[in-house]
Amino acid sequence: MSTTFEPPRVEERPNYLNVDYGWKSWLFTTDHKRIALLYLFSITAFFVIGGSFAVGMRLNLLRPEGLFEADTYNKLFTMHGIIMVFFFLVPSIPAVLGNFLIPIMIGARDLAFPRINLLSWYIYVVGGIFAVLAAFEGGVDTGWTFYAPFSTTYSNTHVILTAMGVFVAGFSSILTGLNFIVTIHKMRAPGMTWGRLPLFVWSHYATAIIQVLGTPVIAITLVLLALERLLHAGIFDPNVGGDPILFQHLFWFYSHPAVYIMILPGMGVISELIPCFSRKVIFGYNFIAFSSVAIAVIGFLVWGHHLFVAGQSMYASTVFSLLSFLVAVPSAIKVFNWTATMYRGSISYETPMLYAFGFIGLFTIGGLTGLVLATMALDVHLTDTYFVIAHFHYVMVGGMVMAYLGGIHFWFPKISGRMYPEGWAKFAALVVFVGFNLTFFPQFLLGYLGMPRRYHAYAPEFQILNVMSSAGASILGVGYLLPMIYLAWAWRKGPKAPQNPWGAKGLEWEQSPTPPPTYNFETPPVVTEPAYNYAEEAHVG
Amino acid sequence: MGTLSLFPPRASTTAGDVDALYTFVISVSVIMTVLIFACVFIFAIRYRRRSEAERPKPIHGSILLEIAWSAIPFAIMLVMFAWGTRLYYENYTPPANTLDLYVTGKQWMWKVQYPGGQREINELHVPTGRAVKLTMASEDVIHSFYIPAFRVKHDVVPGQYETLWFQPTTPGRYHIFCAEYCGTGHASMGGWVTVMDPAAYETWLSGGASTGSMQQQGETLFQQYGCATCHALDKKGRGPSLRNVFGHAVSLEDGRTVTADEAYVRESIVNPNTKIVAGYKRDVMPVFQGQISEESLLQLIVYIKSLSNPAAKGSPQ
Repeated sequence: MSTTFEPPRVEERPNYLNVDYGWKSWLFTTDHKRIALLYLFSITAFFVIGGSFAVGMRLNLLRPEGLFEADTYNKLFTMHGIIMVFFFLVPSIPAVLGNFLIPIMIGARDLAFPRINLLSWYIYVVGGIFAVLAAFEGGVDTGWTFYAPFSTTYSNTHVILTAMGVFVAGFSSILTGLNFIVTIHKMRAPGMTWGRLPLFVWSHYATAIIQVLGTPVIAITLVLLALERLLHAGIFDPNVGGDPILFQHLFWFYSHPAVYIMILPGMGVISELIPCFSRKVIFGYNFIAFSSVAIAVIGFLVWGHHLFVAGQSMYASTVFSLLSFLVAVPSAIKVFNWTATMYRGSISYETPMLYAFGFIGLFTIGGLTGLVLATMALDVHLTDTYFVIAHFHYVMVGGMVMAYLGGIHFWFPKISGRMYPEGWAKFAALVVFVGFNLTFFPQFLLGYLGMPRRYHAYAPEFQILNVMSSAGASILGVGYLLPMIYLAWAWRKGPKAPQNPWGAKGLEWEQSPTPPPTYNFETPPVVTEPAYNYAEEAHVG
Repeated sequence: MGTLSLFPPRASTTAGDVDALYTFVISVSVIMTVLIFACVFIFAIRYRRRSEAERPKPIHGSILLEIAWSAIPFAIMLVMFAWGTRLYYENYTPPANTLDLYVTGKQWMWKVQYPGGQREINELHVPTGRAVKLTMASEDVIHSFYIPAFRVKHDVVPGQYETLWFQPTTPGRYHIFCAEYCGTGHASMGGWVTVMDPAAYETWLSGGASTGSMQQQGETLFQQYGCATCHALDKKGRGPSLRNVFGHAVSLEDGRTVTADEAYVRESIVNPNTKIVAGYKRDVMPVFQGQISEESLLQLIVYIKSLSNPAAKGSPQ
């Protein structure tokens, strides 16, 4: 991916890529599209780092006795979680695709605060440097959950440096969310009413609300953690009068809504892909739009389902269990509406649609296994086992990363002005799907059999399933490397993209040139039709 | 272990119940998944694009369908919720007349104490046919006591007592795991629970080398730490008498009333100033935080418990 900073060479008309070439034009840009690309490259770098930790983990788990020292393995899974959650999943779709597309989709020249947008990238990079520095200095071994009092008193690794990284990166998330909220409220083009917003924008709006309201809580929690670790303030450590369960409440008050920060934008992508490749208006627009908001709101009230076995009051657990079932309803509504959109459509199987199929399948499995965990008596047996690992990887990797890849392929022509090789892309999508299932499905079985998570060594009867999982991971790894290679190639050598290769509706395809000029539109856009009006032919140019 | 099994061994009264509930939730999930996959597959094939000029008729939605596919799944979920909640309450509420054992977690081992004074590390012996209650404490970080074959688990949080109960059904040896990540040796913080017939269990108990029952050990500690000088048993000393305190209501100086349970007694030893009994002075008793191991605290509690329950004195087993 190192060569992709250079724009394509020959372009007839000025666009955001060929308007200027120097490194300053990138590092001091306030163009949301260029900032999106800065994010794309830094997020890909973190994905590679986080992924390489996972390679280490899967290698270690090939043998029951493990391959590495226990401490090494503990650091691997900790840093895998921290890098992937805070530096890949949380920013991925919003900061790359959201940043690039939201202004264009609503017909604006840029985000409301372009300089703050650039600032948020710098903050993200500084946070990332802290986290990577901690890894190079010897790593951290608390698990991405930083549970007290292990993290405050017992761990002798780089807890504070890592927590600083997460703390700093949080501000980037808040600023991006704030920028999106203001932009969506204030900068819509004439005719772009709330009821005509693409669902991608709706889902980002819901995401932004969580980012702005939730992220400060994790920031405060990490500051308290540092205070406890440095000064023994007596907040979380029972030896100095604190309460370790309080940490879990504070941590999950952000970190459960955070999983909706990670998945909602993915749902937004799918809501764009399915109508386009079915050539049909989305089924139940209002229900999909409001289910995003419902997820954002109810998502704030379910954190206690992480504490069913932690000694939380059983009555509190009962309420959290009920709310956890409730939050599944809006997700189910989305899946049903996407499926119904395909009914009597005109369906084609280009790569982005393959990812959308994959998303529906894997997200359905991820979501339904969430019901298993919301059922308290089952959670008692399954929490802290591989069942939980499998569940959230089905949602986060099977759902979110599938949507991210689908979105990257769908908008690649828009972003780069080039087409990627369709054959390779379809092949890679298949490899990702097969590799993913082989990696994570065995982990459901391991979980019910009772294998706890975060074990560097395990009982011999768990080996077969672990070897299957590691084999799947190697296939999945190839599936992720392939797009990095052919997309990098396509960026320089791919055939030039037509204005609207998919015949898609939406301002970004119909009224903004491909690739867009710096201010997105040659003439100020006016919206005259609802979203996904596929009954009408898409305008070209 | 050549074959792949979907279920771990079932060795407690609740294991079958949990598996039945799991089978229900998974079956519903499989039906839902198959339904959605079938729709996606059928639609994708049946409505594949046959010509570039195709413009299918728009379908904007259906309120009826939206209501149906919100309400029906939620109704099914309510069944899962009700069933799961009932079983959760049953599995987390110990019955009366349990066999009480005491577990202390520390990095990276489980220490078990029996009322008769026997001790084990990473091994737990229990009889079939009797409800067993574990009172669990942690010396350091959060651990989680997990026996997959019994389908039970509970975190062990430092600074407080957690209880876990189960009734073993099938003799055998089953895994004990620590399920909450606790540092370097987390993966090795496990052991085996051995379920025995009651007769075999009695034989096993009598074979254990014992230095006196937990109650006797607690009594010794009570003398050693000088507790007895102020907490005289049958007259008013500088501290309240501890006879008939455990399990009874205690009035505090701030007007509140608490029931003296394990957690209260533990707190009153390690941080005596937190709750002062009405009529007594603050800062008289030394703070024992960090001075007494969790195991010794459990022995003291068993002793203090025995002061309220003379009937139990004869047969600690």
